[in-house]
Amino acid sequence: MNTDRRQAGRAAFDSELVRKDFPILERRVQDDKALVYLDSAASSQKPRQVIDAMTEYYERHHSNVHRGVHTLAEEATALYEGARDKVARFINADPREVIFTKNSSEALNLVANVLGWAGESNGIGRGDRVVTTQMEHHSNLVPWQLTAARTGAELAWLGLTDGGRLDLSNLDEVVDERTRVVAVVHVSNILGTLNPIDAIVRRAHEVGALVVVDASQSVPHMPMDVRELGADFVAFTGHKMLGPTGIGVLWGRAELLEELPPFLGGGEMVQTVSMEATTYAPIPHKYEAGTPPIAEAVGLGAAVDYLTALGMDNVAAYEHELVEYAIDRLKQVEGLTIIGPDTAEDRGAAISFVLESPALGAIHPHDVGQVLDEQGIAVRVGQHCARPVCLRYGVPATTRASFSVYTTKGDVDALVEGLEHVKRFFGA
Amino acid sequence: MQLESMYQEIILDHYRNPHHKGLRDQYQAEVHHVNPTCGDEVTLRVRLSDVALGENAVIEDVSYASQGCSISQASASVLSDLVIGKEVGEALAVHEAFLELMQSRGESAGDEEVLEDAVAFAGVSKFPARVKCALLSWMALKDATAQALSTGGDEKHG
Ligand SMILES: Cc1ncc(COP(=O)(O)O)c(C=O)c1O
Repeated sequence: MNTDRRQAGRAAFDSELVRKDFPILERRVQDDKALVYLDSAASSQKPRQVIDAMTEYYERHHSNVHRGVHTLAEEATALYEGARDKVARFINADPREVIFTKNSSEALNLVANVLGWAGESNGIGRGDRVVTTQMEHHSNLVPWQLTAARTGAELAWLGLTDGGRLDLSNLDEVVDERTRVVAVVHVSNILGTLNPIDAIVRRAHEVGALVVVDASQSVPHMPMDVRELGADFVAFTGHKMLGPTGIGVLWGRAELLEELPPFLGGGEMVQTVSMEATTYAPIPHKYEAGTPPIAEAVGLGAAVDYLTALGMDNVAAYEHELVEYAIDRLKQVEGLTIIGPDTAEDRGAAISFVLESPALGAIHPHDVGQVLDEQGIAVRVGQHCARPVCLRYGVPATTRASFSVYTTKGDVDALVEGLEHVKRFFGA
Repeated sequence: MQLESMYQEIILDHYRNPHHKGLRDQYQAEVHHVNPTCGDEVTLRVRLSDVALGENAVIEDVSYASQGCSISQASASVLSDLVIGKEVGEALAVHEAFLELMQSRGESAGDEEVLEDAVAFAGVSKFPARVKCALLSWMALKDATAQALSTGGDEKHG
């Protein structure tokens, strides 16, 4: 990301005002303690604007989309397609290239499946290679394992450095001439690492491989321009970017989406159907079988409006400063080790760590999370759907604090105090 | 405070100084159980006296290697104290009683006659996310004794 833009955007929005848009942040938990929500990487909270847009949709405009000529059907269709246009603008894409899915996992499964079915031109077949990384969320690993097993392709992966970054030293060997696809996470949900997609795209395209980017943890936090990124497919999920659950996005290059086979069959995705043969709707509808998540698309559109109004450069700058502050404070907690890059450079808004107490040795993340919860502090503990990362760093699990536009330095301070309390609790 | 009802001193003691921990070489069945959401894992071995006796066979040893939170670690330690020396049938009855306690959502104090130290886990039953931690080694024990009995008890040496 561009540092000048970051500087320019510093403090361009007031997080205290932002917080007022999120009703849930007023919740009291655990005997009337203020909620300190540090689990936005698992799912972000929703601003009033998103909740209202969905309520208004159901109260005034609901109908099925693309079916019927009545007023409500037309309004619902316009809202649904309008949401697609908003998402497209948000990532600098052509709306035809924006496919609504259920979440990132479905988007990634869609690509992994259709590439497995595609045959010669773009498809994955016996003896081909699919490359992924040791840093993937299970959602960008298991679909490729399945496709590799079904097609007879070989799965290879890029490893990790001790410092929590992708090891690109053997990139040219791992992404070899047989490679058809490279699937890589943009920002790791467990390590927080921001990966150099450009270097991977360069090598992949050199050998004629497609690049699939899991942008679940980047799109909510930094500007995304799919043209600039250079990948062939990009997946992300609504509920991590202030939007509702039940909706995700797959962006793909139009020429690929047009050529690749459909994923699910059913209504909406067809042009003409006879008992003998069917022709398919043009993209994006070819990949949207059945009644889509309409209210959820409307909610995602409102989330995109909200983020756009804040400005994604400002969001990135704000969160960068927060991450810098958090890393600095966490490093001063005795017995705490960050798992992942220990500076704020090229990093997203999630920080994993393990904690030790002098009396007990390692305090298991489960126990850390439980004692924090009692103080009203919500973190995620466990393996974060990225077990290979835990194995790589020899930890059974981690505690993860993750941020969003409504997170403040006060939240970070509460976490640091909370961790001291955890150590005291288990130190006896 | 709710938290102290979960982290009873007995539990923390077992966590800090687990009993019977480590894998021992003589056993008839070994199982590996995991709790995929949090990464707790246990490998557990049982050695029975005379498998031909079925549920009347005596559990001569339970040994285990495990990693996980205080609740899962303490539970494995308490379990081994409780069931070593009991007949399989008796141990399964303790397991049933423990399961019932864990599913009581804080409503039961547990029968101390049957459960001994394991009544300390009563508070855990108020935390649905942690019940699985407490049950992990018990599920492993049930599995391991069933396997030992069904395979006819060929002794393995690890
Ligand atoms: C990096 C990454 N990829 C994929 C996913 C899956 O997202 P979803 O569960 O919405 O499909 C997540 C979130 O859990 C994630 O953090």
